[in-house]
Amino acid sequence: MSEAIDYSIFVGTSEDGLAQMSLAIDGIDCAACIGEIENGVKALPGVVRARLNYSTHRLTVAWSEGTSPDRVVGQLEALGYRAHPFAGRAEESEARHARWLLRCLGVAGFAAMNIMLLSVSVWSGNVTDITPETRDFFHWISALIALPAAAYAGQPFFQSAVRAIRSGRLNMDVPITIGVTLALGMSVVETAMSQPHAYFDSAIMLLFFLLAGRYLDHEARRRTRATAGNIAALRGEMAHRIGADGVPVLVPVQALQPGDTILIHPGERVAADGVVASGLSAVDESLVTGETLPRALKAGDHVYAGSLNGEGALHLTVTAGGENTLVDDVQRLLDGALAEKGAYVRLADRVARLYAPMVHLTALVSAIGWLLAGAGLHDAVMIAVAVLIITCPCALALAVPAVQVTATGRLFRAGLLINAGDMLERLAAVDTVVFDKTGTLTLPEPALALPRGADPDMVALAGRLALSSRHPLAGVIAARAKGPALERVTEMSGQGIEAIIDGRRARLGSLSFCDAIAPSDLPADASLIAFRHGEKVLVMGVAQALRPDAREVVAELKARGLDVRILSGDRPAAVAPVAEALGIVAAEAGLKPADKIAALDALKAAGRRVLMVGDGLNDAPALAAATVSLSPASGAAVTQAHADAVFLGRRLWPVLAAVDGARTAARLMRQNLAIAVGYNIIAVPLAIAGFVTPLVAALAMSGSSILVTVNALRAARPGRKEEAVGDDGATGEAGALTEVAA
Amino acid sequence: MNVLVYLVPLALLLGLGGLFAFLWSLKSGQYDDLDGAAVRVLSDDDLPDNARPSSTAPERHRS
Repeated sequence: MSEAIDYSIFVGTSEDGLAQMSLAIDGIDCAACIGEIENGVKALPGVVRARLNYSTHRLTVAWSEGTSPDRVVGQLEALGYRAHPFAGRAEESEARHARWLLRCLGVAGFAAMNIMLLSVSVWSGNVTDITPETRDFFHWISALIALPAAAYAGQPFFQSAVRAIRSGRLNMDVPITIGVTLALGMSVVETAMSQPHAYFDSAIMLLFFLLAGRYLDHEARRRTRATAGNIAALRGEMAHRIGADGVPVLVPVQALQPGDTILIHPGERVAADGVVASGLSAVDESLVTGETLPRALKAGDHVYAGSLNGEGALHLTVTAGGENTLVDDVQRLLDGALAEKGAYVRLADRVARLYAPMVHLTALVSAIGWLLAGAGLHDAVMIAVAVLIITCPCALALAVPAVQVTATGRLFRAGLLINAGDMLERLAAVDTVVFDKTGTLTLPEPALALPRGADPDMVALAGRLALSSRHPLAGVIAARAKGPALERVTEMSGQGIEAIIDGRRARLGSLSFCDAIAPSDLPADASLIAFRHGEKVLVMGVAQALRPDAREVVAELKARGLDVRILSGDRPAAVAPVAEALGIVAAEAGLKPADKIAALDALKAAGRRVLMVGDGLNDAPALAAATVSLSPASGAAVTQAHADAVFLGRRLWPVLAAVDGARTAARLMRQNLAIAVGYNIIAVPLAIAGFVTPLVAALAMSGSSILVTVNALRAARPGRKEEAVGDDGATGEAGALTEVAA
Repeated sequence: MNVLVYLVPLALLLGLGGLFAFLWSLKSGQYDDLDGAAVRVLSDDDLPDNARPSSTAPERHRS
């Protein structure tokens, strides 16, 4: 490419003063790639460091001089990898948070092990012949370890509890904080009074278990987000910005400012919202509105990011920068839909809201009860502490995140990236699935439709001719080319292209240009392209093709009792055949974004919980309005940002996997909550009755936590139902679907 | 019980040693790329270039 590329906004400075850049790399599929990439990049002059992170598929390159960012990208391309620079500032802070959680976990783990060492001696000594002096000595050492460790490792909970109380709410962290603080405080008092029982071990172990859950939860989400970030970066959205000297320079869209002028070549995707400054063309706005027919443009018209330019070059004045390319009314609808969504309360939060006051009340009531029954103040407070420790929502706090982590990991392997933590709960409750058509049920790129008996040689020849055209539809035909592009091709603007092949004139273009008649056996919604070579004529159609497994997935969704519908922004003529092919009765076409929201609201008003699957910019508000939403990775960036999960690949299968995975996960979550509550029903009366010693507390706590965690691991296995579908092989498709899962 | 006077500090020191080793490994980025660590052990990056099997040739990669 002769045009210069300006990647400067991605280049930072490393700690030792070198220029540094991170790149997302596509195409890494084996361990040998690591050495290949690192050594290949290090071979460039001036490169000091190149380190590939195999988990996230990110490469960090640092260089002193002599290398420019586009040479690094070029070198990687020469090695066979697609690479795109990356600016992940949000992820940097997330990585720091993960490391902090891990540090807290390490400190809590160290403290828990050492205190347990001392506690076991005390427990066995208490029933044999430990001297009070030795016991006190052990308790003081425990305090010495526990107090600083809790002060450090408890920070994630303390901070969150303070935040919650400040905003007038109660969350799980409030009883945790109160429980830990009270247990530690009372234990110090006990030790000072030379009493036999202290709860240092319980308090620290509690922190350890909870931190483990929190770290796992955070890591799962971080990994998903890293992959989603790679997808966004690898779209490699670039724009030709016209500089002050009139020379176009290729820049990343993030570098665009309002007022910049950009050049859109024929067949290119529009990089940013803008107004046409000069040029004539038509744009395919299927990603924006779902409409598949092109819209004609002239100077002064608005163009939206994501539209596909037709056959004329355009000069565009950017109205919104790269990060903010959303149409006004879509944004307005989106804000409204998002505000409404905030009403959903997570299962764990609902339990916490109920649970936290109950815990405190029970502790208080048992203390007062024992006081009234004639026990001393000291005994009453100790029992209250035991109640707090026993009820501390250790198993309860692990119950939901542990399932979420395992289920998210399983869906990740199935090609689903989950944005929202509570997505699984909402998805499990869904009873209606609404699909967008263009790009969701159909593939994002159109496919070639040939009439019956088409000559393959003619198609291949048309493909070679199409290689010379920049028309968006030409790319589909060009994929069939066998051999290199033809020479001396002339382009007739708005009609087609012409060349001489084997001494005879060949033309590719509109029907009238090639003097052809439309055949009757092409799909009704196809755009027609004719090819004439001498006397032979071939008319081809370019149409949206269904995703390869769309039919089976829709049938499976119906088999699970879900109501499947289509809401499309495309013409009724284009929607009807798709709906018919998939066996979907409820299909509505020609809907604007506001109509889609209205349709969803009507469904919700009827008590339905809706899963919305869509990819276009016009779907973004509907995705936000639905109970839960999915978007394919090929969708518009804004749409993905508002979807609860993004799925990868050409197949629709991840949608089905998501529904199944969510149902399994929700069942396990409920089981886990039942285990946690059941444990409390047994343990709390014991604690109130005053039978709980530190030994019993430690056993009960670790026992219930391990039980809940082991149960959560079941979410990682395919459910029995799913296996049965794969095994009986009654339908070939179902077997194929399971194969994709593996 | 005089043995406790040095055994307990010894146990604590060992534990602290483990903790600092963990914090150091965390700080030096050893937990940043767990999958990579598992496969990097297989690469012969300690051999001179000419002694290496030709597995790093770019042509090999595209399968």
